[in-house]
Amino acid sequence: MILEYFMILLLLLMVGLAIYAVETKDLLASVIAAGFVSLVASIVYLYLQAPDVAMTEAAIGAGLTTLIFIIAIRKTERRER
Amino acid sequence: MRKWIAITFLLILGFFMLRIAGAFPFGENTWKVARQYVKNVTEEKWWVAEHYVDKGIKENRGSNLVTSIVVNYRGFDTLGEVTVLFLAATALAFLLSSCTCFRKYERIEASLILKTASDTLYPLLILFGAYIFIHGHLTPGGGFQGGTVIASAVMLMLLAHFSFHPNHEVLSVTEGLAGIVFAAIGLAGLIWGRSFLANNILPLGHWNRLFSAGVIPLIYIAIGFKVGSELSGLITDMFKVTKEE
Amino acid sequence: MFFFASSIALILIGLYAVLVKRNIMKMVIGLSIMDTGVNILIISLGFIRGKTAPIINAKDLLVRTSSKVVDPVPQALVLTAIVIGVAVTAAALSIVMLMYSKKKSLEIEEYKELKW
Repeated sequence: MILEYFMILLLLLMVGLAIYAVETKDLLASVIAAGFVSLVASIVYLYLQAPDVAMTEAAIGAGLTTLIFIIAIRKTERRER
Repeated sequence: MRKWIAITFLLILGFFMLRIAGAFPFGENTWKVARQYVKNVTEEKWWVAEHYVDKGIKENRGSNLVTSIVVNYRGFDTLGEVTVLFLAATALAFLLSSCTCFRKYERIEASLILKTASDTLYPLLILFGAYIFIHGHLTPGGGFQGGTVIASAVMLMLLAHFSFHPNHEVLSVTEGLAGIVFAAIGLAGLIWGRSFLANNILPLGHWNRLFSAGVIPLIYIAIGFKVGSELSGLITDMFKVTKEE
Repeated sequence: MFFFASSIALILIGLYAVLVKRNIMKMVIGLSIMDTGVNILIISLGFIRGKTAPIINAKDLLVRTSSKVVDPVPQALVLTAIVIGVAVTAAALSIVMLMYSKKKSLEIEEYKELKW
């Protein structure tokens, strides 16, 4: 039961981070927040008994996607006008 | 103005999506729920997912049922998916090759800690990725995860050393060979087995052993090599876009 | 139920970014958030309370398996969807980089060639 409340807390954190990622003006902070959403999502997958998907999400969503976004931001600009 | 129109539209959309999702009880057996709505189903008829779960061990001998489904029951789907990955990487390389001018930026030399740590971790990460995709039919993980771990090892080296450059020829040859191995195993099933990607051309072995599950480990190792080389090439392409002043 | 609600909220937030934001990079970030939401929705449809992961590594799981493990088919679908997602995001970002190299701006209002 306590695990379920913890999961509700994590889901709320995920939605809040997604709103922050969309609303902030700094693109780098936005990308880091989007990567954090993926990291929390991998914990949620672990609760939902999907260890394969949790591994994939942790490796790809939190690792590779964030890095690709950061490379693209470095080649373009960081501020949103 | 545009913002509020969009928010109203999204709220209406969200209301209907919640209504639809509310029809499914969370955390209950959806197979039984679906059975209530379909008439004339006797208990002997297997639903597809129940067939995968109950007969999967007998037919494939792989402990990880997700791997059995991805590689064997829906292997054709995975072949198409790997092709999509290849097409996306090719499109990226093609698009970026016509990109010439970018903002100039100063390249800062990486610190000693990053350099030493990535030199130490690079072979270990590649070994770990290989472990993940060799044991794909026994433990969680498989070709996609292992390939991604290998790609992140390459990424670490690219971050640490400016001169590090993976050999593009080797990467594309590995990728092509892995794809050919996947398709060839499928065709071998068509020739000697009963269908494309059939799992009766090799001895199945015992349950929960490393050498078991017929062609599933071979296909997943091929997928691991393919995904690893493809994502490494993709990251290298994005990293090394030439800029001309 | 809470899982469905928050994954639908993630989908809507991503769609909001795609519809309203004027920065191209923000739109791609919205697409990636929407991807995560769809994946969590599909996985939580296959979850069954009190059952274990579909990895049969113990003897007692071998008999009557379908009453002891969760549905593995959505997990297999999502596994491939995540890998496709990263490739699609990389392709979209390369298009963004190409657009930036032409006009030196990430704002969508600068690109008027297709407008008439």
